[in-house]
Amino acid sequence: MPQTARSEQRSFMTGNEVVARAALAAGAEYMFGYPITPQNEIMHYWRRLAPRYQRGFLQTEDELSAGFACLGAVLRGKIAFSATAGPGTVLFQEPLSMAEMMRLPVVVIVQQRGGPSTATVIYSQQEVTLTCFGGNGEGLRLVYSTSSHQELYDYTIKAFHQAWRYRFPTFVLGDGYQAKMREALFLYNPEDRGMGAVPARPLLGHKGSNGNGEPQLHLRNAFSVEEELAEILRKHLADFDEAAPYLEEHEFIGEPGANLLVVAHGIVGRAAREAVEELRREGKKVNFFRPLTLRPFPEKALQQALANSNRSMLVVESAQGQLGSLCRLASGHEALQRFDTFYRPGVGITTEEIREAVTL
Amino acid sequence: MSERSMPRCWNRESKPHRFCPGCGHGLVLKALGMAIDELDLAGRTVFACDIGCSLLAWDFFTFPSLQTHHGRTTPVMVGLKRADPDQIAVAYMGDGGGYAIGLQHLISAALRDDPITVILVNNTVYAMTGGQMAPTTLPGQKTETSPFGRDVDATGIPVKGPEMLKAVVHPEAYLARGTVAQVLKLKKAIQKGLEAQMAGHFSFIEALSTCPTNWRTSASATWAFLEKEMGDYYKVAELMH
Repeated sequence: MPQTARSEQRSFMTGNEVVARAALAAGAEYMFGYPITPQNEIMHYWRRLAPRYQRGFLQTEDELSAGFACLGAVLRGKIAFSATAGPGTVLFQEPLSMAEMMRLPVVVIVQQRGGPSTATVIYSQQEVTLTCFGGNGEGLRLVYSTSSHQELYDYTIKAFHQAWRYRFPTFVLGDGYQAKMREALFLYNPEDRGMGAVPARPLLGHKGSNGNGEPQLHLRNAFSVEEELAEILRKHLADFDEAAPYLEEHEFIGEPGANLLVVAHGIVGRAAREAVEELRREGKKVNFFRPLTLRPFPEKALQQALANSNRSMLVVESAQGQLGSLCRLASGHEALQRFDTFYRPGVGITTEEIREAVTL
Repeated sequence: MSERSMPRCWNRESKPHRFCPGCGHGLVLKALGMAIDELDLAGRTVFACDIGCSLLAWDFFTFPSLQTHHGRTTPVMVGLKRADPDQIAVAYMGDGGGYAIGLQHLISAALRDDPITVILVNNTVYAMTGGQMAPTTLPGQKTETSPFGRDVDATGIPVKGPEMLKAVVHPEAYLARGTVAQVLKLKKAIQKGLEAQMAGHFSFIEALSTCPTNWRTSASATWAFLEKEMGDYYKVAELMH
């Protein structure tokens, strides 16, 4: 089989192509997809590339089917994924909830579009709450938020590894801008960087049917009494808490004694980083924090960053406080000096606008 | 139940089963068990059941099984079959899961000729949720959401699933309607369905079944409703091209 990427191959492509390339490089074996803008080209590239690498594709009747078919494939040990956006992400909550309950490592790439409902096909950061807590449960998911094509490649690959290692459904949260714009990045084979294979194995099957961990013979999703459910949830929640320190990732720029912490994620994080760097070059005491995992949220790291920033923050996002709520929750018991917000639901945010929103 | 009458592939540890007295699910699952025993498929079958009464079968067999809901049992089996074509995939659901909330999956799997076997239990009601009207509720039949009898002018006519699917399936797909009143005939239909799957085609068997709990019928009235009223509307037959 041909290699999915030459070693450290400099490339220039759209984010959607990056995702398809990353899924191939990670060893994903099957994509079940349904058309929705702005993620369509992930399917297009995957469908064209898949036969060369003996990978599978099925265009399903809807996102429910795409999600549940992924779960069926995952149950037999296949590395399966899908991609969606907006109303599609809403439909994905049903299979994703089952994945939480049964601990099925499905990966879904979300290229956020404007909401609520049909809204725009262009861009937003309005699918944060939906990806983190959209199911009828406790949000037992991993959610990565990327800010560049290099991160889109790195974290799509990582999503497959972490999903199967910890057995939680995993989202990679991009957006319409990242999906459609072209940018330079390095493609690589994960093996060349010392990454092993994704630890996939059948989760449902006859006893003794595979050596690497016994599959379950009977899996259910319904419980007769409260205590039965409480017991299994206690275990899932404990697993999630235990894994959190190994999963949480963030970026911080700054040092103690600053007056303000600018917090943003995804592509807005990129504009915010640039704004903070400019302000810092001008001698302003401003720090920068970007969560790379929205779920689990890097709570301790945010609290440390706030301690270095006079417990004052400015949250910037292309949504009406979805990241803001996560930040408030994660900021700890001690009162904040300031909680400023710059919310632009469904609209892009520039470096200049963020500079203007910073008041010291 | 004696060893002779209990299929070999039934999981003894989960017996007696959890269905209500007089429920037909046990007979459908017996027919399925006998068909799997006869074809010697227990070693490579995966069974998936839906929400509602069918979920009580989540550990019914000796082979791997799982449970989901809303007729999504069909796409789960579609995904599993594509991931591992050597498995015999059986999706088991009620008439609500298959004909209402999950109908798009059933029709799409039939259109694609996905090599899976869907067994749908038609007892004319949503049973686990307390006896609401189903797509299969007969004209005039009283349920919790049709307390004055099903009004076909307002709610449409009962769905004939195999007949509907006949319009979209591949010529070599297998479609049939059986009944728990004729278990051996039902077993034969399921067997042919499994054989169609092994030949690479979609198969669908609707099983007419009983629900005395929600019908609020005596044993004799239950059987009369199954054989007479249901049997008159829903013809037991193979629907081949």
